[in-house]
Amino acid sequence: MTSPQPRIGVVRFPGACDDRDALWALAALDAEALFVWYQETELPDLDAVVLPGGFSYGDYLRCGAIARFAPAMEAVVEFAAAGGLVLGICNGFQILCEAGLLPGVLRRNESLSFVCRDVPLVVERTDTPFTTRCEHGQTLTIPVKHGEGNWYADDDLYEELERRNQIVLRYAEPVNGSRNDVAGVVNGRGNVMGLMPHPEHAVDSLLGSADGALILSSLVESARERALAAV
Amino acid sequence: MKATVLVRPKQGILDPEGQAVESSLRRLGFSVDEARIGRVVDLEVQSADPAVARAEVERMCEQLLANPLIESYEIELVEEQK
Repeated sequence: MTSPQPRIGVVRFPGACDDRDALWALAALDAEALFVWYQETELPDLDAVVLPGGFSYGDYLRCGAIARFAPAMEAVVEFAAAGGLVLGICNGFQILCEAGLLPGVLRRNESLSFVCRDVPLVVERTDTPFTTRCEHGQTLTIPVKHGEGNWYADDDLYEELERRNQIVLRYAEPVNGSRNDVAGVVNGRGNVMGLMPHPEHAVDSLLGSADGALILSSLVESARERALAAV
Repeated sequence: MKATVLVRPKQGILDPEGQAVESSLRRLGFSVDEARIGRVVDLEVQSADPAVARAEVERMCEQLLANPLIESYEIELVEEQK
């Protein structure tokens, strides 16, 4: 018996630029990937949602601050509140933070320079739906490309996140000034994750690394389990 | 009624943009101890009642204009001359 393909929606905001790569990567990893237009007020029947990278609304005001009010985001907030899987990549991470679905905020890189290179990441949790295929302590090589990836939380918030084990990925070297080198965080419930690196740009060794496929195929598998459980 | 919102990086929050400007000012020969960079939002709000207008602008700040994790804000109202 062939297992069903999970349906994963990729939300297209005005100014998104990694939406097609995300769609392609998810399809290559055996998901039925479909675009969701930002003006949609309801999501189609989905097993997971990806908010892709880019520069939604030109990064006006603060990155992600305008996109969080897009009609589709209200539907994504409801989807997440019902326990649905949501992964935010780069600008998607910024949007999730601005929307209050993830803790912290992404600020201008400490260097003020746009950073565009492969970075080593250490996996700190393998029990999230987004990292099941990774090993604890494993180093992944995945590219970043951002000017505002400097994740920040104040002392109280940071300590709470450490206590609750919500830091999923850390840079193995300084990249953007991010507090304690945080590269990816998950919400308390474990169904929403955001990361600055771009796993969709690293799903084939032809692209320099296939480590991003470990993250995205974890998501695809988790979504598939949910699709099967819902049948 | 006109309202001006000043959004600033909170005290203690690193402001790399301000630091870059600060070092440029020093290079130009100015004696500057610190420069911090925020944002100004000029608004034209419909309400003519200052209390109502202020409350409304405060809600705008909380929901969109400032991110409370890293930014503080100040509201200045300019009452129209009759």
